[in-house]
Amino acid sequence: MGTADSGTMKDPSTKTELPSVVIRLAGDSGDGMQLTGTQFTTSTALSGHDLATLPDFPAEIRAPAGTMNGVSGYQIQFAGTDVHTPGDSPDVLVAMNPAALRANVGDLVRNALVLVNVDSFKPKDLAKAGYENNPLEDGSLSGYRVIEVELTRLTRQAVDDLGLDTRSADRCKNFFALGMMFWLFERPMEPTEKWLREKFANRELILEANLRALKAGWAYCEATEVFAERYVVPRAAAEPGTYRNISGNTATALGLLAAAERSDLQLFYGSYPITPASDVLHEVAKYKEFGAVSFQAEDEISAVAAAIGASYAGSLGTTCTSGPGMALKAEAMGLATMVELPLVVCNIQRGGPSTGLPTKTEQADLLQSLFGRPSETPTPVVAAATPSDCFAMAYEAARIAVRSMTPVIFLSDGYLANGAEPWRIPNVEDLPDIPVPQPNPENFLPYLREPETLARPWARPGTPGMEHRVGGLEKEDGTGNVSYTAENHERMVHLRAEKIQKIADYIPEQSVDGPDSGELLVVGWGSTYGAITGAVEHARREGLSVSHAHIRYLNPFPKNLGDVLSSYRKVLIPEMNLGQLALLLRGMYGIETESFTKVQGKPFTEAEVFTKIREMAS
Amino acid sequence: MATTLTNKDFKSDQEVRWCPGCGDYAILNSVQNVFPKLGIPREKFVVVSGIGCASRFPYYMDTYGFHTIHGRAPAVATGVKMANPELSVWVVSGDGDALSIGGNHLIHAMRRNVDIKVLMFNNRIYGLTKGQASPASELGKKTKSTPMGSADAPFNPLAIALGANARFVARSVDIMAGHLRVVLEAAARHKGSAFVEIFQNCNIFNDKAFDAWTEKDVRDDRMVSLDPGEPIVFGKEKNRGIALDCLEPKVVSFDGDVPDEVLRWDPSRTDPTLSFMMAHLDDRPNFPLPIGIFRQVDEPTYEQRVHEQIETAQSKRGKGDLQGLLASGNTWVV
Ligand code: SF4
Repeated sequence: MGTADSGTMKDPSTKTELPSVVIRLAGDSGDGMQLTGTQFTTSTALSGHDLATLPDFPAEIRAPAGTMNGVSGYQIQFAGTDVHTPGDSPDVLVAMNPAALRANVGDLVRNALVLVNVDSFKPKDLAKAGYENNPLEDGSLSGYRVIEVELTRLTRQAVDDLGLDTRSADRCKNFFALGMMFWLFERPMEPTEKWLREKFANRELILEANLRALKAGWAYCEATEVFAERYVVPRAAAEPGTYRNISGNTATALGLLAAAERSDLQLFYGSYPITPASDVLHEVAKYKEFGAVSFQAEDEISAVAAAIGASYAGSLGTTCTSGPGMALKAEAMGLATMVELPLVVCNIQRGGPSTGLPTKTEQADLLQSLFGRPSETPTPVVAAATPSDCFAMAYEAARIAVRSMTPVIFLSDGYLANGAEPWRIPNVEDLPDIPVPQPNPENFLPYLREPETLARPWARPGTPGMEHRVGGLEKEDGTGNVSYTAENHERMVHLRAEKIQKIADYIPEQSVDGPDSGELLVVGWGSTYGAITGAVEHARREGLSVSHAHIRYLNPFPKNLGDVLSSYRKVLIPEMNLGQLALLLRGMYGIETESFTKVQGKPFTEAEVFTKIREMAS
Repeated sequence: MATTLTNKDFKSDQEVRWCPGCGDYAILNSVQNVFPKLGIPREKFVVVSGIGCASRFPYYMDTYGFHTIHGRAPAVATGVKMANPELSVWVVSGDGDALSIGGNHLIHAMRRNVDIKVLMFNNRIYGLTKGQASPASELGKKTKSTPMGSADAPFNPLAIALGANARFVARSVDIMAGHLRVVLEAAARHKGSAFVEIFQNCNIFNDKAFDAWTEKDVRDDRMVSLDPGEPIVFGKEKNRGIALDCLEPKVVSFDGDVPDEVLRWDPSRTDPTLSFMMAHLDDRPNFPLPIGIFRQVDEPTYEQRVHEQIETAQSKRGKGDLQGLLASGNTWVV
């Protein structure tokens, strides 16, 4: 049990064992709930639990305080093992104000524990949240175990003699709440203490105040029996190795860097700030000692154009964006297809169209990824299934881009980008090799292809004797000279398509979890992985025969995909769009599919997918 | 190898396909004459272009070349230069390509001070799309897209470059080969972003657009060359000069020696006020149109700064260790 060697007294209260717990922390966007959630996550990860997290922040950075629009939430599910999603319904809610309560109470399980800051339930707070009556008094919360704590007053008391102004003192109350959660679930406080010491190394007063608030929260639980019991979540053995907690965006950045390191190329990352992709830029910007060049461009077009220029000069050119930026990059991606240079374009999908729901998740750019460019512009597409899988698939995107000399689209989404989970750290030497197509000095032509992959040679400027011109005009096969002839154009269109199809020769075949034929196959791609996996496991516990195939290579598809699909009587495809993968699979393999869609800016819950499975399997 | 290069070494095997009589031929010729003189090995030249008649340029140069998409050449070139600062990177663009669709990339490449040389062939028209008004076309110009005359006022390309803080700004003329070569060589030897506007005659869609200034019999009176360190004088008899009257330029006539009040041109002033004044000099009636070097200021380049940060990080923290990075932060062992 990961617990309290925090120098505290022996715990007197009863302990209840739970298989898994879902906690949601909610408050004003200025209340520091994301921070509180991250700290709880770190501590939980270090306790050796499996976990998944989901931050949910408002689109406005500072919506009016205390209003529903300003509510920021952070959810974590943890268990001994096999956590696939941040959880459908929270068992515990921490609500820093009435708006946070009102926005979240409907999602809770029955009899959930609800901790509220009673100091912020004054009439004006209630009005801002749109409550006519005080929910703490009108009986509307009778289905929950409500714990009222004077968080503001107690925090002020804890930091009383430090001489802080009230505003600064009040800003520590999230740490008071965190201290209470640490006590309730027996999490170690040291990681947070260490983090605070680093973060506020030069601001002693703030450091001391936060430390005191944190410890006071713990001590308050210890002393007052505010909670009737503590909870213990047993751990189970995971695969041996060294683990860390990782978010999708950090994993994406590391995947790109790892690919550059393993292929001995300089990483060039061109990007324009956009939600929810900006964190990848922030991350790559830190990798300077690896020689990685990060370029904050003037716009999305420049970001991709500079990446193409860098690839032309011999770097691994990469760029990252979200839906609106993808639209802007389309023309340049066509250029990369024509000049056949490596390029990785990461799309961290969000709700759309247009500005849409910038901070919410969606996976509706699949068809755009495959077809969203003028003319015949075949482009490989890969998609990550979980936050840590972003590492593997960003690496794969780069491997394909270099090996086949082509732009590749890597798909993630807001849910994966900001969500986090434990990650078994891979051994760098075990990562797949990335062969770089080299020109042959004896017989150099810019468009002479390697027979196996049809990749053209990558002759970098600065190499004597290989001066050549490339460009967006149609190329003559072999020489790469401009050619307008009809036969050549048709040959080149076919060659470019065939080159992409040949990628299927070196990507893994489609794997299936569950029986390899039967009644029902659930097919997913991207971030639905967690909800589908949980739902399928649930269905099996209920005795249903159901299999799950999660597609990570979306163009070209794995060679055996058609056989996999035709081995089941029914195919169910849950997607956070209006059925884009379903359309593709019907078109490519002529199979019947059942499309199950959700476009609410929120991921599927396990329960939603399970209900659908049960309906189809029985 | 660099010392023995000649203009032939820079001629590719591709047939040059501009309209006969197009000003682009003369510019190509000048560039092919200047490149061998720079002491740079041929394989280190990269010529990047966008879309338009001018943008065919890289195909005719036997260097590394990249014919990209409309307006984006400065962005592509920025990537090339950042990836490999050893390369000599040139952008060939037109007035439509650089000032209209590519305006954003142009100004940002200039303000960053990326060491790329932008040659903007200005023919004040869209040639490749067969004759529409460009952002450099004069107000009232009748074209296929503006049958009653263009209603939008043009850009002053040099003022745009100066406003974007281009450290090297110059102008020359396609048919003035001697002048053009001097300007191109100065641009090449300057370290930092360079913008060179080259008047280029499009004899098909906008013939003689610059004749009023550049014809042999008028050019001495109607143009003035800004030469570093030299007094700004013009006229067939070299008997007029530009001086300052408070905040206004004035033309002074003289016999014999150049009077002291005539400005001695110094393009290396960091304050671009006088450069702006020169860029707008010919807006005034009876003032000559300046060509030559408007600005030439030394400053560390963008790619230098970027790579210095990398070196600093490496000297402080050592060369990156990937395994260490993957395992950074809070870890635990199972
Ligand atoms: S259209 Fe004009 S600019 Fe284009 S090649 Fe012909 S003459 Fe030159």
